[in-house]
Amino acid sequence: MTTVAEKLDTRGMSCPLPIVKTRKAINQIRAGELLEVTTTDPGSVKDMATFCEQTGNRLVASNESGNGYIFLIEKA
Amino acid sequence: MSGATENRIENTQLDAWLNSRLDELLPGKLQQIDASRTPSMSIIATKGTLDWAYPPFILASTAAALGWDVDIFFTFYGLLLLKKDLDAGISPLGNPAMPMKMPFGPKWFQDFDWPMPNLLMASVPGFEKVATGLMKKTFRNKGVATVEELRSLCLEADVNMIACQMTVDVFGFDAAEFIPEVTDFVGATSFLPVAQKSDVCLFI
Repeated sequence: MTTVAEKLDTRGMSCPLPIVKTRKAINQIRAGELLEVTTTDPGSVKDMATFCEQTGNRLVASNESGNGYIFLIEKA
Repeated sequence: MSGATENRIENTQLDAWLNSRLDELLPGKLQQIDASRTPSMSIIATKGTLDWAYPPFILASTAAALGWDVDIFFTFYGLLLLKKDLDAGISPLGNPAMPMKMPFGPKWFQDFDWPMPNLLMASVPGFEKVATGLMKKTFRNKGVATVEELRSLCLEADVNMIACQMTVDVFGFDAAEFIPEVTDFVGATSFLPVAQKSDVCLFI
């Protein structure tokens, strides 16, 4: 089980900040490492899936958490 | 004579074989080529008010986050978005679609759409400054980045920002008024070939 290498909190931020900041955080970690992102933007659920599809990274988990969402992304 | 006929038969057979091979291989090859190339987007930004400053920078920063190559051509009032001192405002005057929202008070008060007759807007001094302030505050409350912030995120992500030389001349701007990251000062002739090759091309 790989542990989370980096956590990113984008709660309270609107489009496009969660995606732009996710990209920056992904750039900071190594291939195979996990990034955890928390958001409150309802649009981020579909956006994060598309982001991973477009960039080739793997969306390991996408869940609701409290009053927001939590994503786990594995860098390709 | 018979040699030529034989050659013709061989050629027809070869063509048929090639065709069937191509049908088999081409879709896969095309998919491979498509998957390995970097998508690109060209934006032509023509407006300089606060509300219209957002779309080009939001789209550009998002595309850059997806790994796309992005070029923005700033022309006419869009050129103001490249100034060092970004001072974009809004004018609700003559824009009946713009909702006037209050960024403070209880939720029903904030959600209320304030009716603003043109006559009032045109005659109250400082109305646009107030409207600009209210919009900035509403955006901040909703977690929207400032235009300055989005612009720097774009620059950080290597979005190419190109200024229209003709507009610089017409409006009497000085190149020193613009951010040093401006890649180029060119005319439409230089930008169109870039736009021609891009997958997405938007006029904003």
